[in-house]
This record gives sequence, structure tokens and C-alpha cells, in this order.
Amino acid sequence: MTSPQETTAEVPLRRLLPRVPDRFAALGAVLIVLIVLAAIMAPWLAPYPDEPRPLEGSLPPGAAHWFGTDQLGRDVLTRILYGARTSLSIAVSVLAVSALAGVTLGVVAGYAGGWVRDAIMRVTDVFLAFPALLLSLALAVVLPPSVTTVILAIAVTWWPWYTRLAASVAASIATRPYVDAARCLGVPAPLIVWRHVLPNSLTPVLVQMSLDAGGVILTAAALSYLGLGAQEPTAEWGLMVQQGQTLFTTNWWIGTFPGLAILVTAFAFNMLGEGLRNALDPRARKVT
Amino acid sequence: MIEVRDLQVRYAGRLVAGVPELDVGAGECVAIVGESGSGKSTTLLSLLGLTENADISGHVRVCGVDVLTASPRRLREIRGARAALVMQSPQSALSPATRLGVLMRRALRLHGVGSGKDGRLDEIMAESVAAVMLDRAILRRYPHEISGGQAQRFAIALAIALGAEVILADEPTSALDVTVQAEVVGVLRRLREERDLALLLVSHDLALVSTIADRVLVMKDGEVVESGPAARVLTEPSHPYTRELLEALP
Repeated sequence: MTSPQETTAEVPLRRLLPRVPDRFAALGAVLIVLIVLAAIMAPWLAPYPDEPRPLEGSLPPGAAHWFGTDQLGRDVLTRILYGARTSLSIAVSVLAVSALAGVTLGVVAGYAGGWVRDAIMRVTDVFLAFPALLLSLALAVVLPPSVTTVILAIAVTWWPWYTRLAASVAASIATRPYVDAARCLGVPAPLIVWRHVLPNSLTPVLVQMSLDAGGVILTAAALSYLGLGAQEPTAEWGLMVQQGQTLFTTNWWIGTFPGLAILVTAFAFNMLGEGLRNALDPRARKVT
Repeated sequence: MIEVRDLQVRYAGRLVAGVPELDVGAGECVAIVGESGSGKSTTLLSLLGLTENADISGHVRVCGVDVLTASPRRLREIRGARAALVMQSPQSALSPATRLGVLMRRALRLHGVGSGKDGRLDEIMAESVAAVMLDRAILRRYPHEISGGQAQRFAIALAIALGAEVILADEPTSALDVTVQAEVVGVLRRLREERDLALLLVSHDLALVSTIADRVLVMKDGEVVESGPAARVLTEPSHPYTRELLEALP
């Protein structure tokens, strides 16, 4: 029943959920759930939620402070938990903005074809022609440093990929018999895009989003590390790494633990994304 | 219901389908036969103004609407609601992530059928599904959960629910196995009698055509080479190509 052309695009997500065969993907999913829970529960989980702590200098990891305290005497574990809120909300915002803008344009381009497609894709190409991190950096330099700036700066370089992806998927969906059938039924074009092209193009976009989440968190950390993003006293992993860097030889724990948090989160999202992609497209599956 | 005069469909200057005359009245069934690429499907699509980037000349009237000059809006009104198309690949013609009932309800709403009270809408849906001998439960299914024959009958049910007077069928049975073909043909034939539907069938299956069609057009390389009552064309073909087609029957 499943023809060879019927790949990523058309398998409804619902059909995939029961079969996540991939142990790495499952691990990724579990980690993400834990990280999200940790971010939500930060005020209750954090050992020292009430900042600022009395100044007692930087303490190494111990029973009272599992991950030690930073140069201002703040508990590193507490800051990492709160930092998860910052990093995750940046990732979610960037991906939401990029996917919303990118997919809207992409689906329209893919379904309409012709000059509409050309116009949209050329604009996309212009954005893609800039090195992404440089464009983000330039924007972040111009705008006042803040979390919002980070979100904007990354989203501006991120959406064109979604336009490309959605346009190519939508173009193939547009030739499907059920789209012809909808036209035969007299359904107006905008309704066809909304009801048939869009929902059936979303699966690869969702996969791409989970693959990208790690990258967004890394980029956001990089911007904050460079001092262009989150500012003190906001807890943000990239910023924490940067602050810990100068003290690394004497107080290694200040930078190391937030670095590990970045690593684990990016890893988890990548694992989940890979797993989803493999489940959707059997051809991408590795032969084991 | 369908009236075609001097229809010529060209892609990039090349004649793809030329039909000098084609009439289908209420309760009539006309079949267009011919091999792949003979222009029969193009003819069918042009009746609903669905040929893209094609130059079309001639006169086409479907349900009293001049298709070639009608506004896109007017065309959308007749598409589905008055002249419905039943496609070759039944399952892939159904949007994969939508339940059949939702699909049908949307189509009915779009054309303002049974609008207002929900009860009336449900009634129409149940009735049309029963008319093609499907169980009501099918409305809760997704397209990948039903068989090809069921999908094809659902497409016909949709046409009936919309109150179509004309059914255009493009190879409606060629993707189905033999026993299921008989079911679908049976449904089409019965509905044609009961509801006075005009049926225009495109097929390369002469056995099917002989059981249902009143008149036959034979197309080859975009042109009609022979036409007439099915009984005559299929038993005493005058054109060599028609004879060839008949001889090719198993």
C-alpha cells in the first residue's frame, strides 16, 4: 500500500508514535523531557533558589553545593537549572518564529509555483548567502544585548532553511492526486494549501525542528559567550561558560558544568531528531 | 448535461485532444476508450477546466455552464457539486491525514449542502454512504485504513452527497482487482438508473465499457477515430484501430 514515493511527507505523525525503535532516540526523548521538567520545576528543584547568596567566595563541588559555587558565591546547580529556562525558551522561540515564517512562505511558494515561487525563493537565497553566524553576530552587535536580541538574531538566519524545506515538500504535495481531487471538488486554492498541503508538509518540518534545537541552543550560547546575548544576572549557559573560562585553572567547576549542560541538551535534541528522521524515511536508516 | 463541440486542447501548440462532438444526457453513459496518451483523460479534465497551461478552443457546456469562458468562481461552483470527478487512484485521491467523515463534511459545507442544522448534514452523509453500500463506520476511518474498492465507492458517495448530476470517471476501476471492479461498476450502473446521473467514463477496459456504456468514442493520438452506439462500435468496428483494440482483448 505504501508506494516508494510516499515517504517523509505523507506519513501522518500519529502513525509513527507507537514505533520509536531507536534506543538513542528514546534516550534523547527521555533527556529532553527531564531537561524540560527541570526547567519548569527550577524554583522547586534548585537547592538555593533565593539569590543573591551571601558572599562566601567560590566553593568547589561538595555536599552543600553539588556543582560548587561561582565567583559571586552563587550555587552553580541552581544557575544551571534556571539557565535551562533561558536556553529552552530561546530555542523554542527561535524555532517557532523561523518555522512560522519559513513554512508559511515555503508552502505558498511550493504550491503556487511560477513567479510567486521564484520571488520567494530569491529572497530566501539572499538571506542564505550570508554566513549565518556572521549575520547573527552583526545583528546582535547592532541591537542592545538581551535574550530577545539573541532570539531575533538567530531567527533571521534560521527561517530560510524552513522556507526551502517546506517549498520542496509542498511542491511535491501539490502534485498529489488528493490535491487534484480537492481542486476537482471546487476547493479554493487558499483552503487547499491550509487543509491539505500544509498539514501534509509538516512532518519533515517537525523533524528538522528537533534536529535544529540543539544547534539553536549552541548558537545562543555562542552569542551570550561573546557578550552579545543574555546579560548578568540572567542565568544563561553560554554566559556562564564565558564567566567560568577565565577562572578555569583554579575554579574549573564554574564553566565546566554549564558546558556539560549545553552538550547534553544539544546531544539529546540531535538524537531525537535523528531518530524521528530515520523513522520517517527508511532510506536514511543505517544498515546495522 | 455535457455538450462538447469542436473541442481542441493543445499543449505548446501540439494537439493533445480533439473532440468534434460529444453529448451526454441525463441517465446516459458514454465511454471514451483508447490507449495511454490518446487524449482521453485530457478531454475529461478540460470539461471541468482543470487543464493547466493548455490552449483550449471550441465549446464546452457542462450542466449549462460554458466551461471555457466561466469565471474561476463559477467553475468552482460546478466542480464537485454538479459535475464530480472520480479518479483513477482511489486512495491517493484522499487527503491522508483526514478522516473520511471530516473530508465529506467539509466538501458538503463548501458547497453549502445541508447547511444550517447538523442533523441534516449527518443524514445526507449516512444516506450517500449507504447508497454505495458502505458501512457508516467508514466515516470514522482514515484513507489508509480502507481498501481501494471502498475508497472508490466513497468517492462516488461524495459525488452523490454533493448532489452531482454528472459523474466523470477517469479509469475508475483500473487500480482495482476484478471482483472489486464489479462492485464499483454495479454501484455506478445502479445510481445512473436510480438518480438519472449522466456518466462519462474514460477507460481502456473494453469489457467494462461494454457492460455499462450506451455510446463509445474511440480516441487515438488525440483524435476521435470512431464513435457510435456501444453495441455497434464494439461488435462491428469500422476503424482499424478499434478492431485492433478489440482483438487485444483476452
